[in-house]
Amino acid sequence: MSPRTLKLLPWIVTPSLVIIIVFLWWAIVTLLNVNPFIFPPPQAVAASFVQLLSEPQTWSAVVVTVSEVIIGFAIAVVVGVIVGVVLGKVPWLELSLRPLIVIAQVAPKVAFVPLFVIWFGFGLTSKIVLAALLAFFPIMLNVLLGVRSVEQGHREVMQSLNASKRQTFLQLDMRSLQPYLFAGMEVGIVLATIGAIVGEYLGGNNGLGNMVVSAMNSLDAARTFALILLLSLIGLVLYLIVNEAKRFVIPWHESVYGLRNVTA
Amino acid sequence: MTNETLMTTAPPEASVEPPRLHIQDVGRDFHTKSGVTHAVSGVDLTIQRGEFVAVIGRSGCGKTTLLRMIGGLLAPSAGTIEVDGKSLWRGSHVEPSAVTKLGFVFQESNLFPWFSILDNIALPLKLRGVGKTERRERAAELAELVGLTGFERSYPRELSGGMRQRAAIARALSTEPELLLMDEPFGALDALTRERMNLELQRIVLETNSTVVFVTHDIPEAVFLADRVVHMTPRPGRIRQILPAEFPKPRAVLVQTEPEFNEIVRILRRDLDEEE
Repeated sequence: MSPRTLKLLPWIVTPSLVIIIVFLWWAIVTLLNVNPFIFPPPQAVAASFVQLLSEPQTWSAVVVTVSEVIIGFAIAVVVGVIVGVVLGKVPWLELSLRPLIVIAQVAPKVAFVPLFVIWFGFGLTSKIVLAALLAFFPIMLNVLLGVRSVEQGHREVMQSLNASKRQTFLQLDMRSLQPYLFAGMEVGIVLATIGAIVGEYLGGNNGLGNMVVSAMNSLDAARTFALILLLSLIGLVLYLIVNEAKRFVIPWHESVYGLRNVTA
Repeated sequence: MTNETLMTTAPPEASVEPPRLHIQDVGRDFHTKSGVTHAVSGVDLTIQRGEFVAVIGRSGCGKTTLLRMIGGLLAPSAGTIEVDGKSLWRGSHVEPSAVTKLGFVFQESNLFPWFSILDNIALPLKLRGVGKTERRERAAELAELVGLTGFERSYPRELSGGMRQRAAIARALSTEPELLLMDEPFGALDALTRERMNLELQRIVLETNSTVVFVTHDIPEAVFLADRVVHMTPRPGRIRQILPAEFPKPRAVLVQTEPEFNEIVRILRRDLDEEE
């Protein structure tokens, strides 16, 4: 396939698949006469979505949810980089903390939401904490891996140049770990979004997660669908921002230029 | 087995100043589970200013270990290494004032992928606190010297292996080192690129009047580039013989067809061959 065709491929396939799926959805719901309270047809969801966007309440909820995600994510990045670098640089510390890290990582953090509500209240803080906690682990673990993955040959260059520890850290370690940091951030931003929404589901009276719960309580399936659509779009935008930042910060990395070679 | 050591004496006028590199009874042991390996043992070597010395030997003869000790990357277990009369090692620590006189070129270019070619060449100057404008100017001159004009803004991945090694040489030259150490710098290149790089290196060394220690396992390459060829043997790694290669410089590729050239190659090949 020519590079030109390859570049066009996602722009053809994605809309086609969306159209096919929406058509199938419509066909099944209509032909099988499904109760719209259980599974509303696409046109009902579309109408509900337009209605949703016209309500000022929606937009203030968007601001709340997006703030929770961004603040939580930012905390996760800062703490994740610091902890990841320290653990990467101090092997005995990482070794002695490893069992606890694994336990903390596999623990279902969502289950802590009621506790967070008790500790931090029904406001934004409990959601930010959950978002940060979920995003923290992939970021920290990738940074840890990045610090450990600095090329030995590069280290020797710095050593042969009589570079100080500080210089080696800034010019080599911090640069080498950037691709790993972005790999962690791409997972982290998605988890932060999930964290904020789940936090809103379970406690509080604000944000899009809370609107989903209200729509469900009033048995408005079309509105629930519309809210899920809105949440997905927000998640997509946030992910794209991180992805775009990666192309800007590490244009030299395979994950960026390799992709460019396929699509351009 | 012939064990003659053909030592060429240093030119007399250089005797006032200390030699560029003076190695005395240097050794390095590695302690492993299976016991002690004498990677390098009892090596004496003196190199004068402007001299090009090639070190050749089979794998495991300790030539890279020796170079890493001269380069301040690996502490010797015994002996002294002096650069311009200054001791390089203090126990297991390098003496900064001596190590700053060195430039090291590795087998892999080891360029930083996040820097442009220009910034890679300028890295040593950056670490020394040279201002951005000045170091970029200097790096551009060096890029020209090694034939990389027009590629200053490229990333390393966009260059061929030979071009990356040129950049690595320019980086090593950026601090105007007193002594250039090269560890099989063209080992990963194809034969034709390698021959081209040898000519280029000869030109650069003559232009900058550099003193070079060049490790290789390629006999004609060693004889072509060097004033003296140091032949090392393994277990323990020590110097077996030092052969002078006195051909006028600059040398053309065709010097390799001359009988005197081939005689040195023949001796080295014979002696290296009987080692196994």
